[in-house]
Amino acid sequence: MSVWYALVDLLPFEWAQPGSMIFMKNALLAVLVISPLFGILSTMVVESRMSFFSDALGHSAFTGIAIGVLCGLADPMWCAVILALVFALLFTYVRRRANLASDTVIGVFSSTAVALGIFIATLDGGSFTKFNSILIGDILSVEPAKIGLLAIILLLVAALWVWAFNRLMIASVHPALADSRGIGVFWQEALLNATIAVVVTLSMTWVGLLVINALLVLPGAAARGLARNMRQYHLFSVLGAVAAGVAGVLTSYYLESSTGASITLYLALYFALTFLGRKKRQ
Amino acid sequence: MSVRRHGETGPGCAGSCCLKVENLGVNFSGEEVLKNVSFHLHCGEIVALIGPNGAGKSSLFRTILGQVPHTGSIEFHPAGGGPARPLIGYVPQSPSFQRGDPVSVLDFFTAAISRYPVFLPIPRQLRRRVLDCLTRVHAQGLIDRRLGALSGGELQRVLLAMALEPMPQILILDEPLSGVDVEGARQLLAMLDEIRTNFDLSILLSTHDFSTLDQYADKVILLKSEVLRVGPPRQVLSSPEFHAVFHLGLGKGGEA
Repeated sequence: MSVWYALVDLLPFEWAQPGSMIFMKNALLAVLVISPLFGILSTMVVESRMSFFSDALGHSAFTGIAIGVLCGLADPMWCAVILALVFALLFTYVRRRANLASDTVIGVFSSTAVALGIFIATLDGGSFTKFNSILIGDILSVEPAKIGLLAIILLLVAALWVWAFNRLMIASVHPALADSRGIGVFWQEALLNATIAVVVTLSMTWVGLLVINALLVLPGAAARGLARNMRQYHLFSVLGAVAAGVAGVLTSYYLESSTGASITLYLALYFALTFLGRKKRQ
Repeated sequence: MSVRRHGETGPGCAGSCCLKVENLGVNFSGEEVLKNVSFHLHCGEIVALIGPNGAGKSSLFRTILGQVPHTGSIEFHPAGGGPARPLIGYVPQSPSFQRGDPVSVLDFFTAAISRYPVFLPIPRQLRRRVLDCLTRVHAQGLIDRRLGALSGGELQRVLLAMALEPMPQILILDEPLSGVDVEGARQLLAMLDEIRTNFDLSILLSTHDFSTLDQYADKVILLKSEVLRVGPPRQVLSSPEFHAVFHLGLGKGGEA
Protein backbone atom coordinates (compact mmCIF):
# COMPACT_ATOMS: atom_id res chain seq x y z
CA MET A 1 0.00 0.00 0.00
CA SER A 2 2.81 2.40 0.85
CA VAL A 3 4.06 2.15 -2.72
CA TRP A 4 0.61 3.10 -3.93
CA TYR A 5 0.34 6.03 -1.53
CA ALA A 6 3.77 7.24 -2.64
CA LEU A 7 2.63 7.02 -6.25
CA VAL A 8 -0.62 8.89 -5.65
CA ASP A 9 1.26 11.56 -3.71
CA LEU A 10 2.91 12.50 -6.99
CA LEU A 11 -0.45 13.46 -8.48
CA PRO A 12 -1.21 17.19 -8.62
CA PHE A 13 -4.52 16.92 -6.77
CA GLU A 14 -5.58 18.55 -3.56
CA TRP A 15 -6.49 15.22 -1.95
CA ALA A 16 -3.27 13.63 -3.13
CA GLN A 17 -1.16 15.49 -0.59
CA PRO A 18 0.93 13.06 1.52
CA GLY A 19 -0.86 11.81 4.61
CA SER A 20 -4.30 13.14 3.73
CA MET A 21 -7.50 11.66 2.35
CA ILE A 22 -6.41 8.04 2.70
CA PHE A 23 -9.93 6.82 1.84
CA MET A 24 -9.78 8.58 -1.54
CA LYS A 25 -6.54 6.86 -2.36
CA ASN A 26 -7.96 3.52 -1.29
CA ALA A 27 -11.08 4.07 -3.35
CA LEU A 28 -9.04 5.01 -6.41
CA LEU A 29 -6.92 1.88 -6.11
CA ALA A 30 -10.03 -0.25 -5.53
CA VAL A 31 -11.58 1.17 -8.69
CA LEU A 32 -8.44 0.44 -10.66
CA VAL A 33 -8.78 -3.21 -9.56
CA ILE A 34 -12.53 -3.77 -9.88
CA SER A 35 -13.11 -1.91 -13.13
CA PRO A 36 -10.89 -4.22 -15.24
CA LEU A 37 -12.25 -7.21 -13.28
CA PHE A 38 -15.87 -6.43 -14.11
CA GLY A 39 -14.92 -5.08 -17.52
CA ILE A 40 -13.67 -8.56 -18.40
CA LEU A 41 -16.65 -10.40 -16.89
CA SER A 42 -18.99 -7.95 -18.58
CA THR A 43 -18.05 -9.24 -22.03
CA MET A 44 -19.45 -12.69 -21.34
CA VAL A 45 -22.33 -11.48 -19.17
CA VAL A 46 -23.66 -9.46 -22.10
CA GLU A 47 -22.80 -12.17 -24.63
CA SER A 48 -24.75 -14.85 -22.74
CA ARG A 49 -27.64 -12.56 -21.81
CA MET A 50 -27.07 -12.71 -18.09
CA SER A 51 -27.53 -9.01 -17.39
CA PHE A 52 -30.02 -9.52 -14.56
CA PHE A 53 -28.06 -12.29 -12.95
CA SER A 54 -26.03 -10.04 -10.68
CA ASP A 55 -29.19 -8.31 -9.54
CA ALA A 56 -30.64 -11.68 -8.56
CA LEU A 57 -27.39 -12.54 -6.81
CA GLY A 58 -27.89 -9.50 -4.61
CA HIS A 59 -31.09 -11.12 -3.42
CA SER A 60 -29.50 -14.50 -2.89
CA ALA A 61 -26.69 -12.88 -0.88
CA PHE A 62 -29.33 -11.33 1.33
CA THR A 63 -30.81 -14.79 1.92
CA GLY A 64 -27.37 -16.27 2.51
CA ILE A 65 -26.59 -13.68 5.14
CA ALA A 66 -29.96 -14.27 6.82
CA ILE A 67 -29.21 -18.01 6.96
CA GLY A 68 -25.70 -17.30 8.23
CA VAL A 69 -27.02 -15.10 11.02
CA LEU A 70 -29.64 -17.73 11.87
CA CYS A 71 -26.90 -20.34 12.22
CA GLY A 72 -24.90 -17.94 14.36
CA LEU A 73 -21.90 -17.73 12.03
CA ALA A 74 -19.24 -15.15 12.89
CA ASP A 75 -18.95 -13.96 9.30
CA PRO A 76 -22.26 -14.64 7.53
CA MET A 77 -20.64 -13.47 4.27
CA TRP A 78 -19.24 -16.93 3.57
CA CYS A 79 -22.70 -18.36 3.88
CA ALA A 80 -23.79 -15.89 1.19
CA VAL A 81 -20.93 -16.95 -1.10
CA ILE A 82 -21.82 -20.62 -0.74
CA LEU A 83 -25.49 -19.91 -1.34
CA ALA A 84 -24.61 -17.83 -4.41
CA LEU A 85 -22.62 -20.77 -5.75
CA VAL A 86 -25.54 -23.16 -5.20
CA PHE A 87 -27.85 -20.54 -6.72
CA ALA A 88 -25.66 -20.28 -9.84
CA LEU A 89 -25.37 -24.03 -10.39
CA LEU A 90 -29.06 -24.63 -9.76
CA PHE A 91 -29.89 -21.78 -12.12
CA THR A 92 -27.70 -23.30 -14.87
CA TYR A 93 -29.33 -26.69 -14.36
CA VAL A 94 -32.91 -25.41 -14.37
CA ARG A 95 -32.38 -23.20 -17.40
CA ARG A 96 -31.01 -26.15 -19.36
CA ARG A 97 -33.74 -28.55 -18.27
CA ALA A 98 -36.68 -26.18 -18.53
CA ASN A 99 -35.71 -24.75 -21.93
CA LEU A 100 -36.64 -21.28 -20.73
CA ALA A 101 -34.89 -18.02 -21.55
CA SER A 102 -32.30 -16.75 -19.08
CA ASP A 103 -34.34 -13.77 -17.95
CA THR A 104 -37.35 -15.93 -17.04
CA VAL A 105 -35.30 -18.34 -14.94
CA ILE A 106 -33.44 -15.44 -13.31
CA GLY A 107 -36.82 -13.96 -12.36
CA VAL A 108 -37.91 -17.23 -10.79
CA PHE A 109 -34.72 -17.57 -8.76
CA SER A 110 -34.61 -13.93 -7.77
CA SER A 111 -38.14 -13.90 -6.34
CA THR A 112 -37.59 -17.18 -4.53
CA ALA A 113 -34.32 -16.01 -3.00
CA VAL A 114 -35.68 -12.71 -1.76
CA ALA A 115 -38.80 -14.35 -0.32
CA LEU A 116 -36.74 -17.01 1.42
CA GLY A 117 -34.43 -14.33 2.83
CA ILE A 118 -37.26 -12.22 4.22
CA PHE A 119 -38.99 -15.33 5.54
CA ILE A 120 -35.92 -16.46 7.46
CA ALA A 121 -34.97 -12.97 8.66
CA THR A 122 -38.46 -12.23 9.97
CA LEU A 123 -38.93 -15.57 11.75
CA ASP A 124 -39.84 -14.91 15.38
CA GLY A 125 -40.85 -11.38 14.47
CA GLY A 126 -37.33 -10.29 13.51
CA SER A 127 -36.61 -7.39 11.22
CA PHE A 128 -34.53 -7.63 8.10
CA THR A 129 -33.41 -4.03 7.91
CA LYS A 130 -30.36 -4.88 10.01
CA PHE A 131 -28.89 -6.70 7.00
CA ASN A 132 -29.17 -3.74 4.68
CA SER A 133 -25.92 -2.18 5.79
CA ILE A 134 -24.05 -5.41 5.03
CA LEU A 135 -25.40 -5.44 1.50
CA ILE A 136 -24.79 -1.84 0.64
CA GLY A 137 -21.03 -1.58 0.62
CA ASP A 138 -19.45 1.71 -0.32
CA ILE A 139 -16.36 2.00 -2.40
CA LEU A 140 -15.16 4.90 -0.20
CA SER A 141 -15.07 2.65 2.85
CA VAL A 142 -13.07 -0.16 1.19
CA GLU A 143 -10.15 -1.41 3.30
CA PRO A 144 -6.64 -2.13 1.95
CA ALA A 145 -6.93 -5.84 2.84
CA LYS A 146 -10.07 -6.15 0.73
CA ILE A 147 -8.35 -4.40 -2.17
CA GLY A 148 -5.67 -7.08 -1.94
CA LEU A 149 -8.32 -9.79 -2.10
CA LEU A 150 -9.98 -8.08 -5.06
CA ALA A 151 -6.61 -7.97 -6.82
CA ILE A 152 -6.22 -11.72 -6.27
CA ILE A 153 -9.72 -12.26 -7.68
CA LEU A 154 -8.77 -10.16 -10.71
CA LEU A 155 -5.72 -12.36 -11.33
CA LEU A 156 -7.82 -15.53 -10.93
CA VAL A 157 -10.45 -14.28 -13.39
CA ALA A 158 -7.73 -13.30 -15.89
CA ALA A 159 -6.24 -16.80 -15.53
CA LEU A 160 -9.66 -18.38 -16.03
CA TRP A 161 -10.14 -16.26 -19.15
CA VAL A 162 -6.82 -17.40 -20.64
CA TRP A 163 -7.60 -21.01 -19.80
CA ALA A 164 -11.28 -21.26 -20.71
CA PHE A 165 -12.40 -18.27 -22.74
CA ASN A 166 -12.50 -20.02 -26.14
CA ARG A 167 -14.78 -22.74 -24.86
CA LEU A 168 -16.96 -20.31 -22.92
CA MET A 169 -17.42 -18.23 -26.05
CA ILE A 170 -18.24 -21.12 -28.41
CA ALA A 171 -20.62 -22.67 -25.90
CA SER A 172 -22.43 -19.35 -25.70
CA VAL A 173 -22.38 -18.37 -29.39
CA HIS A 174 -23.15 -21.78 -30.87
CA PRO A 175 -24.07 -24.55 -28.38
CA ALA A 176 -24.72 -27.20 -31.07
CA LEU A 177 -21.29 -26.69 -32.59
CA ALA A 178 -19.67 -26.72 -29.15
CA ASP A 179 -21.37 -30.05 -28.43
CA SER A 180 -20.13 -31.58 -31.66
CA ARG A 181 -16.56 -30.50 -30.88
CA GLY A 182 -16.65 -32.13 -27.47
CA ILE A 183 -17.16 -29.00 -25.39
CA GLY A 184 -19.53 -29.66 -22.49
CA VAL A 185 -21.88 -26.69 -22.84
CA PHE A 186 -23.51 -27.27 -19.46
CA TRP A 187 -20.20 -27.23 -17.61
CA GLN A 188 -19.00 -24.15 -19.44
CA GLU A 189 -22.18 -22.31 -18.45
CA ALA A 190 -21.90 -23.60 -14.89
CA LEU A 191 -18.28 -22.46 -14.69
CA LEU A 192 -19.11 -18.98 -15.95
CA ASN A 193 -22.18 -18.57 -13.73
CA ALA A 194 -20.36 -19.85 -10.66
CA THR A 195 -17.48 -17.46 -11.29
CA ILE A 196 -19.83 -14.49 -11.64
CA ALA A 197 -21.73 -15.56 -8.51
CA VAL A 198 -18.63 -15.81 -6.33
CA VAL A 199 -17.03 -12.61 -7.61
CA VAL A 200 -20.22 -10.55 -7.32
CA THR A 201 -21.14 -11.79 -3.85
CA LEU A 202 -17.65 -11.29 -2.44
CA SER A 203 -17.20 -7.81 -3.81
CA MET A 204 -20.75 -6.63 -3.19
CA THR A 205 -20.27 -5.96 0.52
CA TRP A 206 -17.01 -4.17 -0.11
CA VAL A 207 -17.88 -1.94 -3.04
CA GLY A 208 -21.69 -1.96 -3.24
CA LEU A 209 -24.17 -3.69 -5.51
CA LEU A 210 -25.14 -0.64 -7.55
CA VAL A 211 -21.70 -0.14 -9.00
CA ILE A 212 -21.23 -3.89 -9.56
CA ASN A 213 -24.48 -4.20 -11.47
CA ALA A 214 -23.48 -1.27 -13.62
CA LEU A 215 -19.91 -2.47 -14.16
CA LEU A 216 -21.14 -5.92 -15.09
CA VAL A 217 -23.51 -4.83 -17.84
CA LEU A 218 -22.72 -1.37 -19.22
CA PRO A 219 -19.07 -1.74 -20.36
CA GLY A 220 -19.89 -4.86 -22.39
CA ALA A 221 -23.09 -3.37 -23.76
CA ALA A 222 -21.25 -0.23 -24.85
CA ALA A 223 -18.28 -2.14 -26.30
CA ARG A 224 -20.59 -4.26 -28.46
CA GLY A 225 -21.59 -1.15 -30.34
CA LEU A 226 -18.00 -0.43 -31.34
CA ALA A 227 -16.21 -3.75 -31.51
CA ARG A 228 -15.78 -5.83 -34.64
CA ASN A 229 -13.99 -8.72 -32.94
CA MET A 230 -13.16 -10.18 -29.54
CA ARG A 231 -9.96 -8.19 -29.03
CA GLN A 232 -11.71 -4.87 -29.60
CA TYR A 233 -14.65 -6.05 -27.49
CA HIS A 234 -12.44 -6.72 -24.47
CA LEU A 235 -10.33 -3.62 -25.02
CA PHE A 236 -13.31 -1.24 -25.24
CA SER A 237 -15.05 -2.93 -22.34
CA VAL A 238 -12.06 -2.78 -19.97
CA LEU A 239 -10.95 0.71 -21.03
CA GLY A 240 -14.48 2.06 -20.69
CA ALA A 241 -14.85 0.53 -17.24
CA VAL A 242 -11.51 1.91 -16.01
CA ALA A 243 -12.11 5.38 -17.44
CA ALA A 244 -15.62 5.61 -15.96
CA GLY A 245 -14.36 4.24 -12.64
CA VAL A 246 -11.57 6.79 -12.27
CA ALA A 247 -13.72 9.66 -13.52
CA GLY A 248 -16.50 8.63 -11.13
CA VAL A 249 -14.20 8.60 -8.10
CA LEU A 250 -12.78 12.04 -8.94
CA THR A 251 -16.19 13.54 -9.70
CA SER A 252 -17.66 12.24 -6.45
CA TYR A 253 -14.84 13.92 -4.55
CA TYR A 254 -15.26 17.33 -6.14
CA LEU A 255 -19.06 17.33 -6.26
CA GLU A 256 -19.47 15.41 -2.99
CA SER A 257 -21.80 12.97 -4.76
CA SER A 258 -22.15 9.20 -4.32
CA THR A 259 -19.15 7.43 -5.86
CA GLY A 260 -21.12 4.39 -7.05
CA ALA A 261 -23.74 6.59 -8.71
CA SER A 262 -21.07 8.77 -10.34
CA ILE A 263 -19.30 5.76 -11.84
CA THR A 264 -22.60 4.37 -13.06
CA LEU A 265 -23.55 7.67 -14.70
CA TYR A 266 -20.21 7.82 -16.50
CA LEU A 267 -20.82 4.28 -17.75
CA ALA A 268 -24.26 5.31 -18.97
CA LEU A 269 -22.67 8.23 -20.79
CA TYR A 270 -20.15 5.84 -22.39
CA PHE A 271 -23.02 3.65 -23.53
CA ALA A 272 -24.89 6.62 -24.96
CA LEU A 273 -21.80 7.76 -26.90
CA THR A 274 -21.18 4.30 -28.36
CA PHE A 275 -24.86 4.04 -29.21
CA LEU A 276 -24.64 7.23 -31.24
CA GLY A 277 -21.34 6.12 -32.80
CA ARG A 278 -22.83 2.79 -33.78
CA LYS A 279 -25.34 4.39 -36.13
CA LYS A 280 -22.54 5.95 -38.10
CA ARG A 281 -20.78 2.62 -38.45
CA GLN A 282 -23.70 0.88 -40.08
CA MET B 1 -22.31 -27.98 -62.03
CA SER B 2 -20.37 -31.08 -62.95
CA VAL B 3 -21.03 -34.06 -60.76
CA ARG B 4 -19.55 -37.47 -61.22
CA ARG B 5 -21.75 -40.42 -60.56
CA HIS B 6 -20.49 -43.20 -58.40
CA GLY B 7 -21.56 -46.79 -58.04
CA GLU B 8 -21.45 -48.44 -54.66
CA THR B 9 -18.11 -46.76 -53.91
CA GLY B 10 -16.42 -43.47 -54.55
CA PRO B 11 -13.35 -42.90 -56.74
CA GLY B 12 -10.15 -44.37 -55.35
CA CYS B 13 -12.02 -46.36 -52.80
CA ALA B 14 -12.40 -50.10 -52.96
CA GLY B 15 -15.46 -50.07 -50.77
CA SER B 16 -13.33 -50.99 -47.82
CA CYS B 17 -13.84 -47.80 -45.89
CA CYS B 18 -17.35 -47.48 -44.79
CA LEU B 19 -19.71 -46.47 -42.02
CA LYS B 20 -22.03 -49.35 -41.20
CA VAL B 21 -25.15 -48.58 -39.24
CA GLU B 22 -27.02 -51.73 -38.23
CA ASN B 23 -30.35 -52.03 -36.42
CA LEU B 24 -29.96 -48.67 -34.75
CA GLY B 25 -32.59 -47.75 -32.19
CA VAL B 26 -32.95 -44.62 -30.06
CA ASN B 27 -35.41 -43.90 -27.26
CA PHE B 28 -36.08 -40.49 -25.75
CA SER B 29 -37.90 -40.90 -22.43
CA GLY B 30 -39.76 -43.99 -23.57
CA GLU B 31 -40.59 -42.67 -27.01
CA GLU B 32 -39.10 -44.56 -29.93
CA VAL B 33 -37.40 -41.93 -32.06
CA LEU B 34 -35.45 -44.29 -34.28
CA LYS B 35 -35.87 -48.03 -34.82
CA ASN B 36 -34.27 -50.64 -37.05
CA VAL B 37 -32.18 -48.07 -38.88
CA SER B 38 -29.61 -49.75 -41.10
CA PHE B 39 -27.56 -48.29 -43.94
CA HIS B 40 -24.03 -48.09 -45.28
CA LEU B 41 -22.09 -44.97 -46.13
CA HIS B 42 -19.15 -45.48 -48.48
CA CYS B 43 -16.29 -43.13 -48.94
CA GLY B 44 -16.64 -40.52 -51.64
CA GLU B 45 -20.39 -40.88 -51.52
CA ILE B 46 -22.90 -38.10 -50.95
CA VAL B 47 -25.94 -39.47 -49.18
CA ALA B 48 -29.02 -37.34 -48.60
CA LEU B 49 -31.34 -38.00 -45.71
CA ILE B 50 -34.93 -36.93 -46.31
CA GLY B 51 -38.08 -37.22 -44.24
CA PRO B 52 -40.76 -35.09 -42.64
CA ASN B 53 -40.05 -32.88 -39.63
CA GLY B 54 -39.63 -34.97 -36.52
CA ALA B 55 -38.63 -38.04 -38.54
CA GLY B 56 -35.46 -38.39 -36.49
CA LYS B 57 -32.93 -36.90 -38.91
CA SER B 58 -31.17 -34.73 -36.33
CA SER B 59 -31.39 -37.53 -33.75
CA LEU B 60 -29.68 -39.88 -36.20
CA PHE B 61 -26.88 -37.34 -36.70
CA ARG B 62 -26.42 -36.85 -32.98
CA THR B 63 -26.35 -40.62 -32.50
CA ILE B 64 -23.63 -41.03 -35.13
CA LEU B 65 -21.74 -38.19 -33.40
CA GLY B 66 -21.88 -40.24 -30.21
CA GLN B 67 -24.02 -37.82 -28.21
CA VAL B 68 -27.04 -40.09 -27.77
CA PRO B 69 -27.22 -43.59 -26.25
CA HIS B 70 -28.53 -46.16 -28.70
CA THR B 71 -29.14 -49.84 -29.38
CA GLY B 72 -27.75 -51.60 -32.44
CA SER B 73 -24.32 -50.84 -33.83
CA ILE B 74 -22.45 -48.08 -35.60
CA GLU B 75 -19.19 -49.34 -37.02
CA PHE B 76 -16.55 -47.59 -39.01
CA HIS B 77 -13.99 -49.39 -41.12
CA PRO B 78 -11.22 -47.16 -42.49
CA ALA B 79 -9.61 -48.18 -45.79
CA GLY B 80 -7.53 -51.29 -45.17
CA GLY B 81 -8.10 -51.46 -41.43
CA GLY B 82 -10.34 -52.93 -38.78
CA PRO B 83 -13.08 -51.10 -36.92
CA ALA B 84 -12.01 -47.70 -35.64
CA ARG B 85 -13.53 -44.51 -34.30
CA PRO B 86 -14.13 -42.23 -37.27
CA LEU B 87 -13.26 -38.57 -37.30
CA ILE B 88 -16.55 -36.82 -38.01
CA GLY B 89 -16.95 -33.24 -39.16
CA TYR B 90 -20.30 -31.74 -38.29
CA VAL B 91 -21.97 -28.70 -39.79
CA PRO B 92 -24.90 -27.85 -37.52
CA GLN B 93 -28.03 -26.12 -38.74
CA SER B 94 -27.20 -22.41 -38.95
CA PRO B 95 -28.43 -20.59 -35.92
CA SER B 96 -29.44 -16.98 -36.19
CA PHE B 97 -26.58 -15.09 -34.62
CA GLN B 98 -27.41 -11.85 -32.95
CA ARG B 99 -26.54 -9.34 -35.60
CA GLY B 100 -24.53 -7.23 -33.17
CA ASP B 101 -22.31 -10.03 -31.85
CA PRO B 102 -18.72 -8.78 -31.84
CA VAL B 103 -17.44 -12.21 -32.91
CA SER B 104 -15.43 -12.26 -36.12
CA VAL B 105 -14.93 -15.33 -38.27
CA LEU B 106 -11.30 -15.36 -37.15
CA ASP B 107 -12.33 -15.31 -33.44
CA PHE B 108 -14.85 -18.09 -33.86
CA PHE B 109 -12.58 -20.26 -35.96
CA THR B 110 -9.53 -19.80 -33.75
CA ALA B 111 -11.54 -20.54 -30.62
CA ALA B 112 -12.76 -23.80 -32.15
CA ILE B 113 -9.46 -25.16 -33.42
CA SER B 114 -6.96 -23.94 -30.83
CA ARG B 115 -6.62 -23.13 -27.16
CA TYR B 116 -5.06 -19.73 -27.78
CA PRO B 117 -7.37 -17.26 -26.00
CA VAL B 118 -8.96 -15.16 -28.72
CA PHE B 119 -9.35 -12.00 -26.64
CA LEU B 120 -5.59 -11.51 -26.98
CA PRO B 121 -3.93 -10.48 -30.25
CA ILE B 122 -3.93 -13.55 -32.49
CA PRO B 123 -0.44 -14.63 -33.69
CA ARG B 124 0.23 -14.44 -37.40
CA GLN B 125 0.85 -18.19 -37.59
CA LEU B 126 -2.61 -18.99 -36.24
CA ARG B 127 -4.23 -16.48 -38.58
CA ARG B 128 -2.39 -18.17 -41.46
CA ARG B 129 -3.80 -21.54 -40.41
CA VAL B 130 -7.37 -20.21 -40.27
CA LEU B 131 -6.88 -18.57 -43.66
CA ASP B 132 -5.73 -21.89 -45.12
CA CYS B 133 -8.81 -23.63 -43.75
CA LEU B 134 -11.10 -20.95 -45.16
CA THR B 135 -9.37 -21.18 -48.52
CA ARG B 136 -10.53 -24.81 -48.82
CA VAL B 137 -14.09 -23.53 -49.12
CA HIS B 138 -13.15 -20.35 -51.02
CA ALA B 139 -14.08 -18.20 -48.02
CA GLN B 140 -10.72 -16.57 -47.27
CA GLY B 141 -12.23 -13.13 -47.85
CA LEU B 142 -14.57 -13.57 -44.89
CA ILE B 143 -11.89 -13.88 -42.19
CA ASP B 144 -12.37 -10.42 -40.65
CA ARG B 145 -16.13 -10.19 -41.09
CA ARG B 146 -18.44 -10.51 -38.11
CA LEU B 147 -20.55 -13.68 -37.89
CA GLY B 148 -23.72 -11.59 -37.60
CA ALA B 149 -22.93 -9.83 -40.87
CA LEU B 150 -22.61 -13.01 -42.95
CA SER B 151 -25.31 -14.23 -45.34
CA GLY B 152 -26.73 -17.73 -44.89
CA GLY B 153 -24.52 -19.16 -47.62
CA GLU B 154 -21.38 -17.47 -46.28
CA LEU B 155 -22.06 -18.76 -42.77
CA GLN B 156 -22.51 -22.28 -44.14
CA ARG B 157 -19.13 -22.06 -45.81
CA VAL B 158 -17.44 -20.92 -42.60
CA LEU B 159 -19.07 -23.74 -40.61
CA LEU B 160 -18.07 -26.15 -43.36
CA ALA B 161 -14.46 -24.99 -43.18
CA MET B 162 -14.53 -25.57 -39.41
CA ALA B 163 -15.93 -29.08 -39.87
CA LEU B 164 -13.01 -29.83 -42.24
CA GLU B 165 -10.42 -28.97 -39.58
CA PRO B 166 -9.14 -31.47 -38.62
CA MET B 167 -9.95 -33.27 -41.90
CA PRO B 168 -12.69 -35.79 -41.10
CA GLN B 169 -13.49 -39.14 -42.71
CA ILE B 170 -17.19 -38.46 -42.55
CA LEU B 171 -18.85 -35.08 -43.02
CA ILE B 172 -22.35 -34.54 -41.65
CA LEU B 173 -24.43 -31.50 -42.60
CA ASP B 174 -27.75 -30.74 -40.92
CA GLU B 175 -30.03 -29.02 -43.44
CA PRO B 176 -27.22 -27.12 -45.17
CA LEU B 177 -29.57 -25.72 -47.82
CA SER B 178 -32.13 -24.13 -45.52
CA GLY B 179 -31.83 -20.36 -45.38
CA VAL B 180 -29.54 -20.31 -48.41
CA ASP B 181 -30.61 -18.74 -51.69
CA VAL B 182 -30.54 -20.60 -55.03
CA GLU B 183 -27.10 -19.31 -56.01
CA GLY B 184 -25.73 -20.05 -52.53
CA ALA B 185 -27.14 -23.56 -52.68
CA ARG B 186 -25.57 -24.16 -56.10
CA GLN B 187 -22.16 -23.00 -54.83
CA LEU B 188 -22.43 -25.10 -51.70
CA LEU B 189 -23.30 -28.27 -53.61
CA ALA B 190 -20.47 -27.67 -56.07
CA MET B 191 -18.15 -27.26 -53.12
CA LEU B 192 -19.29 -30.50 -51.47
CA ASP B 193 -18.59 -32.31 -54.71
CA GLU B 194 -15.12 -30.74 -54.82
CA ILE B 195 -14.45 -31.69 -51.19
CA ARG B 196 -15.40 -35.34 -51.54
CA THR B 197 -13.12 -35.80 -54.53
CA ASN B 198 -10.19 -33.80 -53.09
CA PHE B 199 -10.28 -35.18 -49.59
CA ASP B 200 -11.86 -38.58 -50.12
CA LEU B 201 -14.53 -38.45 -47.46
CA SER B 202 -18.17 -39.48 -47.21
CA ILE B 203 -20.87 -36.86 -46.89
CA LEU B 204 -24.20 -37.36 -45.14
CA LEU B 205 -26.66 -34.48 -45.25
CA SER B 206 -30.30 -33.85 -44.52
CA THR B 207 -32.46 -31.71 -46.75
CA HIS B 208 -36.01 -30.70 -47.63
CA ASP B 209 -35.04 -29.57 -51.09
CA PHE B 210 -35.97 -32.52 -53.30
CA SER B 211 -35.63 -30.76 -56.65
CA THR B 212 -31.84 -30.72 -56.62
CA LEU B 213 -31.30 -34.20 -55.09
CA ASP B 214 -30.76 -35.81 -58.45
CA GLN B 215 -27.93 -33.41 -59.27
CA TYR B 216 -25.61 -34.30 -56.43
CA ALA B 217 -26.79 -37.20 -54.26
CA ASP B 218 -25.54 -40.70 -54.97
CA LYS B 219 -28.02 -42.22 -52.61
CA VAL B 220 -31.13 -41.04 -50.81
CA ILE B 221 -32.42 -42.41 -47.51
CA LEU B 222 -36.09 -41.83 -46.75
CA LEU B 223 -36.46 -41.79 -42.98
CA LYS B 224 -39.49 -41.70 -40.73
CA SER B 225 -38.37 -43.25 -37.44
CA GLU B 226 -37.22 -46.17 -39.61
CA VAL B 227 -35.67 -46.39 -43.03
CA LEU B 228 -38.56 -46.57 -45.48
CA ARG B 229 -36.53 -46.60 -48.66
CA VAL B 230 -32.90 -46.40 -49.78
CA GLY B 231 -31.66 -45.97 -53.31
CA PRO B 232 -30.69 -43.60 -56.11
CA PRO B 233 -32.58 -40.26 -56.00
CA ARG B 234 -34.97 -40.90 -58.88
CA GLN B 235 -35.93 -44.29 -57.53
CA VAL B 236 -36.69 -43.01 -54.03
CA LEU B 237 -38.52 -39.90 -55.24
CA SER B 238 -40.83 -41.95 -57.41
CA SER B 239 -41.45 -44.66 -54.79
CA PRO B 240 -44.86 -45.17 -53.19
CA GLU B 241 -43.28 -44.71 -49.74
CA PHE B 242 -42.08 -41.21 -50.66
CA HIS B 243 -45.53 -40.26 -51.93
CA ALA B 244 -47.19 -41.68 -48.82
CA VAL B 245 -44.90 -39.85 -46.39
CA PHE B 246 -45.28 -36.49 -48.08
CA HIS B 247 -48.97 -36.95 -48.89
CA LEU B 248 -48.44 -36.58 -52.58
CA GLY B 249 -50.70 -39.48 -53.51
CA LEU B 250 -54.15 -39.01 -54.99
CA GLY B 251 -56.79 -38.21 -52.40
CA LYS B 252 -54.36 -38.06 -49.50
CA GLY B 253 -53.42 -34.44 -50.07
CA GLY B 254 -57.06 -33.44 -49.95
CA GLU B 255 -57.73 -35.07 -46.61
CA ALA B 256 -55.87 -32.53 -44.55
